[in-house]
Amino acid sequence: MASLVEQPTALSNDEILRYSRHLIMPEVGMEGQLRLKQARVLCVGAGGLGSPLALYLAAAGVGTLGIVDFDVVDFSNLQRQILHSTADVGRKKLDSAAESITGINPNVDVRKFETRLTSDNALEIFREFDIIVDGTDNFATRYLVNDACVLTGKPNVYGSIFRFEGQASVFATKQGPCYRCLYPEPPPPGLVPSCAEGGVLGILPGLVGIIQATEAIKLILGSGEPLIGRLLLVDALGMRFRELKLRKNPDCPACGTNRTITKLIDYEQFCGIRGEEKPATGKLGDMTPEELKQRLDRGDDLFILDVRDPHEYQICNLGGHLIPLKELPQRVGELDAAREMVVHCKLGGRSAKAVDFLKQQGFSNVHNLVGGINAWADRVDPKMPKY
Amino acid sequence: MKILIPTPLRPYAAGQSAIEVPASTVGEAVQALITSHPELRKHLYNDQGTLRAFVNLYLNEDDIRYLQQEKTPVAAGDTLSIIPSIAGGRG
Repeated sequence: MASLVEQPTALSNDEILRYSRHLIMPEVGMEGQLRLKQARVLCVGAGGLGSPLALYLAAAGVGTLGIVDFDVVDFSNLQRQILHSTADVGRKKLDSAAESITGINPNVDVRKFETRLTSDNALEIFREFDIIVDGTDNFATRYLVNDACVLTGKPNVYGSIFRFEGQASVFATKQGPCYRCLYPEPPPPGLVPSCAEGGVLGILPGLVGIIQATEAIKLILGSGEPLIGRLLLVDALGMRFRELKLRKNPDCPACGTNRTITKLIDYEQFCGIRGEEKPATGKLGDMTPEELKQRLDRGDDLFILDVRDPHEYQICNLGGHLIPLKELPQRVGELDAAREMVVHCKLGGRSAKAVDFLKQQGFSNVHNLVGGINAWADRVDPKMPKY
Repeated sequence: MKILIPTPLRPYAAGQSAIEVPASTVGEAVQALITSHPELRKHLYNDQGTLRAFVNLYLNEDDIRYLQQEKTPVAAGDTLSIIPSIAGGRG
């Protein structure tokens, strides 16, 4: 296929040495290296997928790398987000990312966008770039990235991960399908767990992010067969790669013949306002970690129900009775409806579901521990590990 | 035929990654799967009994939406993949 990028003028002698292993390959050569230098790639997210992809694109000589992120580096990121190091904990991911990128290749022009990608800013940001790489972590932003790519005519290099399984494709090229052709609608809130709840094998974003980087490079060079119209499935546990055929849906609301999405919409509303699990606040029956501490210290008779999975219980616990959320319907008989009960999980999402279920089952005196055991560790017991 | 169960749905299929079912169509295969693992139903079908829009079924490497949907005939050596949407990556 043809390259998306015009060729610039020349490389310096330092650059020629740096890229020599590219320059001696006919598939890249001087022409391809100049295209890489001219290319402007936007990474949405500087996390698990964004880390390897930004580092490799920088090393390969992509001239301009944009990064959209508003987060700060947390200890729990370091298991996979190799853009950031231990000393960066607490810093803005953007600053840490820019430093790592410049460290690898000072020729890269890093453009930082310290913002959440929204319907108000996406088109404006995307227009400055040739290729968009989606390294986000929630459905709302994925649909936003896709629609903004279709509207601006930029390819969407897609990658997504869950536990030890990943998906990758190239969406929204002129001839190929878009993300909505594959998934017309997002799953309802709560049905698919986030990485914070479900976990992710640390090397998996490495695998998938590098597939995305490879696709971005191929689009820039205009060589090889990009993943257009193909969905690559990666199973890291079985170490199997499979490929499915994707078609451009003629009825697609974003890229079909009679498209209905002609501007960006409210994606939070479209996805039912749930990207990552957020602690529910202010609901009747909620209990804060401080209240729980106070009640326990007072010697109140509280039954603590832990609805996490057994391997999470091993990391840390409040000594509660363990019934994983998915076993609750079968094991509800173990619980005494007469006792006052506090239900918790890691962040408060699963326990909220458990509380709803228990209320339907006739339990009237049930509370949800807001923010879960992580909030307890933050605000009551700093010695408790967080995960 | 073989049905491949994706990671997010394995907790509802006794942890299995692949399940053999007897079937002559895609619809029969999914019904057989749900009969043996009833918890999967709400993840695959909505309250109206139609396949959820975010769950894609692939017979070998083709989307059944472009074959004969759930009426698509299947053979013993075929593989049906359930491909749900997943969103993780930045966090």
